[in-house]
Amino acid sequence: MKNGAVIRLDEVSKGFGSQLVLNRISMDVPRGRTTVIVGGSGQGKSVTLKLILGLMTPDSGRVLVDGEDITRMKKRDLDRVRSRFGVLFQGAALLDSLSVFDNVALPLQERTSLGRDEIRDRVMATLEQLGLTGHENKFPAQLSGGMKKRVGLARALQLEPEIMLFDEPTTGLDPEKTMEIYRLFSETRERFGYTAVIVSHDIPKVFNLADQVVVLNHGRVWSFASPEELQLSDDPEIVGFVRSTMGTIYRSGGVE
Amino acid sequence: MRKLNTDIIVGLFLVTGFLCFVWLSLRLGEFSFLAARNSYVLSAAFDNVSGLKKGAVVEIAGVRIGSVERISLRDDDRAEVALRIDMGVKIGDDAIASIRTKGIIGDKYVRIIPGGSEDYLGDGDRITDTESAVDLEELVSKYIFGDMK
Amino acid sequence: MILESLERLGDWATYWLGDIGRMGRFLGAAVRGVFRPPFRFRALLGQLREIGANSIGVIFFTALFTGMVLGLQGYYTLRKFGSEGMLGSAVALSLLRELGPVLTALMVTGRAGSAMCAEVGIMRNSEQLDALECMAVDPFRYLIAPKLLATVIAMPALTMIFNVVGIFGGYIAGVELLGVSSGAFMSGMEGSVVDRDIVMGLVKAVVFGVVVVWVCTGRGYFVHRIRGAGFGAEGVSRITTQAVVISSISVLVWDYILTAVLL
Repeated sequence: MKNGAVIRLDEVSKGFGSQLVLNRISMDVPRGRTTVIVGGSGQGKSVTLKLILGLMTPDSGRVLVDGEDITRMKKRDLDRVRSRFGVLFQGAALLDSLSVFDNVALPLQERTSLGRDEIRDRVMATLEQLGLTGHENKFPAQLSGGMKKRVGLARALQLEPEIMLFDEPTTGLDPEKTMEIYRLFSETRERFGYTAVIVSHDIPKVFNLADQVVVLNHGRVWSFASPEELQLSDDPEIVGFVRSTMGTIYRSGGVE
Repeated sequence: MRKLNTDIIVGLFLVTGFLCFVWLSLRLGEFSFLAARNSYVLSAAFDNVSGLKKGAVVEIAGVRIGSVERISLRDDDRAEVALRIDMGVKIGDDAIASIRTKGIIGDKYVRIIPGGSEDYLGDGDRITDTESAVDLEELVSKYIFGDMK
Repeated sequence: MILESLERLGDWATYWLGDIGRMGRFLGAAVRGVFRPPFRFRALLGQLREIGANSIGVIFFTALFTGMVLGLQGYYTLRKFGSEGMLGSAVALSLLRELGPVLTALMVTGRAGSAMCAEVGIMRNSEQLDALECMAVDPFRYLIAPKLLATVIAMPALTMIFNVVGIFGGYIAGVELLGVSSGAFMSGMEGSVVDRDIVMGLVKAVVFGVVVVWVCTGRGYFVHRIRGAGFGAEGVSRITTQAVVISSISVLVWDYILTAVLL
């Protein structure tokens, strides 16, 4: 399993009411690589992420993390699996009632038995790495979108996760902040060597980071070993998808 | 500083709440576990205690000296009443207990007329001399039908 | 036509049964959260300040005027029977048994309950609850338990304060303004109140506290599952209204049940 799939979705279906969002999809997330999940809005990208985290249970099928099915797990085992994950939520999901420092310190306070001083040192070190020194006493409501995401990243990295999940990391950010987030992603990934799953519709820029690309469309799934393979596909639906989304590649390429 | 304030405020709040509770229980409720050490119990049998309730006042000369603890029925069909009397109030063994009414529709209470005896009653003793509740209805009908003695 | 309305009825019933089931499990998880270590003492203190200490102003004025109205109304009613001496007893018993716990619970619902509901609802909508779960932090232990415990502690304290201030209000109206003798007022009160009245008020306060937190945080927690709530700020404002309404009605329903059982 060393170089195999760390996360595997096996024939997973999920619907809400009469609407089927995922229809028996299967996909692998290879260890140590970066998997980018793309697709239009409402195509089940966030749902897929929540299934991987065990925040939702699928109607049918299995979600395997290192071969363990998390859909039938007890809460305690699920917590054990989850502590290997780090998540950067779309809106960063910082706790409003806590300061930046307390937000980043939270996983250390709750999940480890470290003393106050050690927690303080670690948190300050992470904040410095992410360029947040001097903001530790601010509250989330006082931060800009880009800063919130950096704090969210700092919090997610505190327990040195094996797997990092990113939910729309660049949505709502201007191009400059977007580049900064991508830069931080590359830096931290190099330092911590985590397996990454990025859900995004920031095509094509996000492809620069991708080792593997997964396309979700109309409840079905296509996996590609590389972004290039996606662009060369002759599947009519993928050709259509590439044409509708990649149109921007030339335009943005022209501007840059 | 902020933490300190929260501690003090919460502390003050809880103390205020508790003091209110203590005031209510001591002033009004006469919590039995608090009262138990400062009182003793006497018993008395009455022919009729109609209208008397648990918790009703016991008075000597209009001064409150205790309360009715329990009312039950005896084998001989008389009413057995347990009276909790404040410690320090001395009641002679020739005292008379009677059931009276405050005002015309007011509460029933127990009035004790202490006797002249030097032998005082202690915890668990019995007041032998009793007068039952005056039945207003009976009185009125007796008056109307000219049955007064 | 008939089938369609049957379908709607079934749909409605499934939704509400599901909702009741969810709320039941929510209460179970919240109570378990209270007993799950580590205990968040600082959070409990913060909540006690928010729910308890900060409610004192509201409680004080509500209690004062409730007591004064009781004194006024009681006086004019009792005077018809020539029993103004019973005024103290009437004021004290109404406060201790009913008005103290009920009005305190309604005030706490309005002040703290609505805030709790909105806070938890916003945390749900902005994925803060998901984030807690992903960090393997139990939201019930971390978030709900301090609120539940703080309310269960604060409610009896607030109720006792309400009772004392209310009696004081009744005294002002009856004795100071209407001229009932002070001795009659106090001794009438002392003669008629028994331990059980105070205990009953305490039991009610605790039960109402649980009901308020349960309904208010529960509605917020399930904002995404509640029909017609929608997303975003509008959803939160709707469920907050709903929480206050349900919580207030539940308090009155439980008041009846408890009175029937305890009296």
